Amino acid sequence: MARLALTGITKAYPGCIANQDVSLEVKAGEIHALLGENGAGKSTLMKIIYGVVKPDAGTFLWEGQAITVNGPSHARSMGIGMVFQHFSLFETLTVAENIALGLPKEEGRDLAALSKRIKEVSQHYNMGLDPERYVHTLSVGEQQRVEIVRCLLQDIKLLILDEPTSVLTPQEVKGLFKTLNTLSEEGCAILFISHKLDEVTELCHGATILRNGQVSGDCNPQQVTSADIARMMVGNDTPLSEDYVKAEGKEAVLSIRELDYRSDDPFASPLHKLSLQVKAGEILGIAGVAGNGQDELMALLSGEERCEKKAINLLGEDIGDLPPGLRRKLGFAFVPEERLGRGAVPDMSLQQNALLSSSHLGLINKGLINFAKVSEYAQNVITKYKVKSAGLSAQAKSLSGGNLQKFIIGREIEQNPKLLVCSHPTWGVDIGASILIRHALIDLRDRGAAILVVSEDIDELYQISDRICAICHGDLSPIKKTQEVNIETLGQWMAGQFGDESAGPTEGEPAYV
Amino acid sequence: MDIDLITNILYATVRTGTPLILVALGEMVCEKSGVLNLGQEGMLLMGAVVGFMAAVTTGSLFVAVLLAIVAGILMSLLFGFLSITLVSNQVATGLALTIFGAGLSAFLGSSYVGVGITGIEPMSIPLLSEIPIIGKIFFQQDPLVYLSFILFGLVFWIFKSSQIGLKIRAVGENPEAANAMGINVHKVRYLAVIFGGAMTGLAGGYLSLAYTPLWAEGMSAGRGWIALALVVFASWKAERIMLGAYLFGAFSIMHLVMQGLGFEVAPNLLAMLPYIATIVVLVLLSSDHMKTKLSAPMSLGVPYRPQV
Amino acid sequence: MFNVSLKLEKRPSDSQTMSFLSPLLAILLTLICGGILFALLGHDPLEALYTFFISPLSDAYGWAELGIKVAPLLLCATGLMMCFKAKIWNIGAEGQFIMGGLGGSWAALQFMDASSSWVLVPIMLTGMASGLAWAAITAYLKTHFKANEILTTIMLNYIAVNALLWAVHGPLKDPQGFNFPESALFVDTTLLPLINEDYRLNISIFFGLFAVVAVWTLMSRTWVGYQIQVLGEDAKAARYAGFKENQLTWFALLTCGALAGLAGVSEVTGPIGQLIPSISPGYGYAAIIVVFLGRMNPIGLVFASMLLALTYMGGEMVQMEMALPKSLTGLFQGMLLFFLLACDLLISYRVVLVKKMLDKKVSPSATVDAA
Repeated sequence: MARLALTGITKAYPGCIANQDVSLEVKAGEIHALLGENGAGKSTLMKIIYGVVKPDAGTFLWEGQAITVNGPSHARSMGIGMVFQHFSLFETLTVAENIALGLPKEEGRDLAALSKRIKEVSQHYNMGLDPERYVHTLSVGEQQRVEIVRCLLQDIKLLILDEPTSVLTPQEVKGLFKTLNTLSEEGCAILFISHKLDEVTELCHGATILRNGQVSGDCNPQQVTSADIARMMVGNDTPLSEDYVKAEGKEAVLSIRELDYRSDDPFASPLHKLSLQVKAGEILGIAGVAGNGQDELMALLSGEERCEKKAINLLGEDIGDLPPGLRRKLGFAFVPEERLGRGAVPDMSLQQNALLSSSHLGLINKGLINFAKVSEYAQNVITKYKVKSAGLSAQAKSLSGGNLQKFIIGREIEQNPKLLVCSHPTWGVDIGASILIRHALIDLRDRGAAILVVSEDIDELYQISDRICAICHGDLSPIKKTQEVNIETLGQWMAGQFGDESAGPTEGEPAYV
Repeated sequence: MDIDLITNILYATVRTGTPLILVALGEMVCEKSGVLNLGQEGMLLMGAVVGFMAAVTTGSLFVAVLLAIVAGILMSLLFGFLSITLVSNQVATGLALTIFGAGLSAFLGSSYVGVGITGIEPMSIPLLSEIPIIGKIFFQQDPLVYLSFILFGLVFWIFKSSQIGLKIRAVGENPEAANAMGINVHKVRYLAVIFGGAMTGLAGGYLSLAYTPLWAEGMSAGRGWIALALVVFASWKAERIMLGAYLFGAFSIMHLVMQGLGFEVAPNLLAMLPYIATIVVLVLLSSDHMKTKLSAPMSLGVPYRPQV
Repeated sequence: MFNVSLKLEKRPSDSQTMSFLSPLLAILLTLICGGILFALLGHDPLEALYTFFISPLSDAYGWAELGIKVAPLLLCATGLMMCFKAKIWNIGAEGQFIMGGLGGSWAALQFMDASSSWVLVPIMLTGMASGLAWAAITAYLKTHFKANEILTTIMLNYIAVNALLWAVHGPLKDPQGFNFPESALFVDTTLLPLINEDYRLNISIFFGLFAVVAVWTLMSRTWVGYQIQVLGEDAKAARYAGFKENQLTWFALLTCGALAGLAGVSEVTGPIGQLIPSISPGYGYAAIIVVFLGRMNPIGLVFASMLLALTYMGGEMVQMEMALPKSLTGLFQGMLLFFLLACDLLISYRVVLVKKMLDKKVSPSATVDAA
């Protein structure tokens, strides 16, 4: 009898089906992986198990009994514990105080006795924790241990971990695995959510793979290769890349040379000696699961973050330390992943938003805004890119996601940039708008611009990129022609397995054209 | 400068620092729960005027102090309702409270200007007040000063080792997580805000009943604002508030120090010192961005909307 | 069985109607509350409200007096509007006003022998420069040290008040003034020209109107104004666009300081005619209320200035005619702001009646973010 058995779980939200007819089984003592890319439906499923969300259909069997989970406290009392990816800890409190808050009143009262229990439990599971330390002084890995110990102190039967190793060093990962193995030997069931194939094959006894809200496969990771799993994650067929004619770039427009970046923020991803080139008349696509350095790379390219002057070169000029305005003057345009609240000001009109990044196009005369020209520009974008809105004076926040994205892309492309960088250009955008956006990108490429696209949509990257690569943990995979990269390879690159071809070409020249 | 003069100066420092301690401690508790109440100056004036009016009308200083506290509580409830329940912008609401409090207190107290009362008399603590120097400074003060010591101890204990302190800190850190833990965020915040109001009301009463037994429009002279800066200066720690308050108090009585040292400095220039000191302190603090970020309650000033 | 409760529900988008109605509603509530207050004080509420709000404007002289008060309010509010649009919470208009008056007075006292009114130009400029310099302190502290501008500007207000007191008791005291803490009376050539001999109204009202038009044009038609608005609305977008936050901060604060300083020097070279211990009945703070009440647009600002100016006159009027305390002015101003904040919430939120059926268990609604 499985400890947890889900059958036919379905959950729909307006506009998308998060989980469709999902079934999952975890036995006592089993470490079961739940795999899938962002948007595959993993977090919704987890929220259902933990009682935060109620499914529209399906059965939930706990130790053979059909049950409805009323909420997180109910789940906790059943013996289900959850460690979220973004911790819910109180940083200025101590470990013991944090754990005390999560326990029912009687247990939390005596801090001294609790500290003792914390020490015992954490030692037993190989996770040394000092109850008296303040959480903000702990490393991210140690903070995760606090979350786990908090679950362990409550007679746990099923432990759910959401992408636990995304914030851990390799050594900490080893430590975590030891802990999980101890737990599983004692009979606790573990649900391990991840997209990292090598870890799954090392640790897990079973795996369920989600794709687009449905189960696309299940297996025993000990008996299959990571390539098999990758295929289940991204689909059996390499997506057609023949929709658009592939092009070959000419001279380099953007050169990134050994870009190194570190931030104080523990959740930020560093970049390690990243190098790439984007050529005129080509689209370079960067695949990768979110959180592997894409955000940081985008900010460094746009000028929102600065780096060493020489690390970024645009058309012969070193621009690493230039502010955004000056980069735009050199022919740079940027579509960020956040539409509302970065790419556009939510409460301002489309006319006003048109001016946001295009002021260098002669729309300002001696400090005065030429409203006629701005309106002309905005109207041009709205018409050409078929932006459905209440007109020039419509507030940006009143547009649908797709329409606003079309507007922003239009605003950038109509600047006739020499280099266009796009971050997740069709994320959350309807099919019609997505097609239009891709057409526009191809069109811009054919006019000789260099385009860099970062996306999690692999289909899209195959469609529009001429060359493709992946980023993982701040390292860039080799860059190859899209036709020469099959889906298994890309999947492996996304997981950090760059094969015997090492990443990070030397001297700023790509190893492969 | 002889010992007697130093003792007198320190004695005066304790008196001057007391209202700052009270307001700052109250605001600290409030801010630890994540609520920023910029209305301290207005509440301080309301406490002062209500206390004074009550003293004149009832003749009982005890009742006067109680009513001053009540005035503070009522004002803070108004603030709490707008900013917690109606989720209004805390900065704007606090400012409104200050302007309103200043206006209302001036209005209520208009016929009490120039009225005299016998204020709260100093009360020596037997035995302790005999200690040379320390005895004079700390134990020959009036009862409200002793109350400030006790309240300091109370707040210190609350955050050192009590469950309620833990809850307040949790709410201030991460209200969503606290809510997930089953803590009633609104209830905790209301209590914290009311405590702040009571403390400030008491401080106001101290000003008009003990420190200078009279009522004058705007008599708090910015102490509410200084106390706000004091909370940041003290990194939200009770013991540092005590220290900082006396330090600022010392700045306020510089004219005594100058006299003692034999200097003649224009009194208005000296009067600027506490405010200049506050700016200096703010500058020194803010440049250490990381440290302020760590000590400040994470959700300070951010309205909390429970997800239904 | 039903359980009925009131709930605040977020509107899908801000209500434009409420945005316009909210100040009117707030004024109405203030009037009602004021009426109740007057009744409690033993006066006929309608008569008292009339005395407060209508009587001061019953003749041309009254309107001229209104104009003298509208000028400083409008000047300060205009500058504050720029700061608040950038979300820079400058509470220091009062201090900037005072320093303007102080600096301007010093300048006026240098021209005691002047024969031509052209000396007003350097005097006005000195006043503006003083206010600007005072605001520069705040700008420096904010851009270099990230010091919170609410606290720094308030501290600077108190320092300015003391600076004024020091000046009238010391360096700027009239040597022939019987030791009163006042400066010498300014000579005619150093006083602002009157519009009409019969009234006290001077050209400062034009400064105010000009300022509000100029700043409004700046905010709505220029690149600088655009950048300030974006900075205030969405700092991330401002970063994306590459706007220089520090430079914009300096610009907004310095402009506000200059305008408040102009208001201050106009006050001392206008209705007051000398430097005295108190040159502002809280104009800098009242201007904050003007900005909120006037919804940050020029026509609104003018009307709101008139209303706030009226509260000053009303306070004086009820003091004269009904022996009520002048501090009613401050009370009305405070009530106005409070009611405005409360009513403003209705712009983004709707009050709904929620009926919950008590016999069915209500399941918690799902969080809306999809996988």
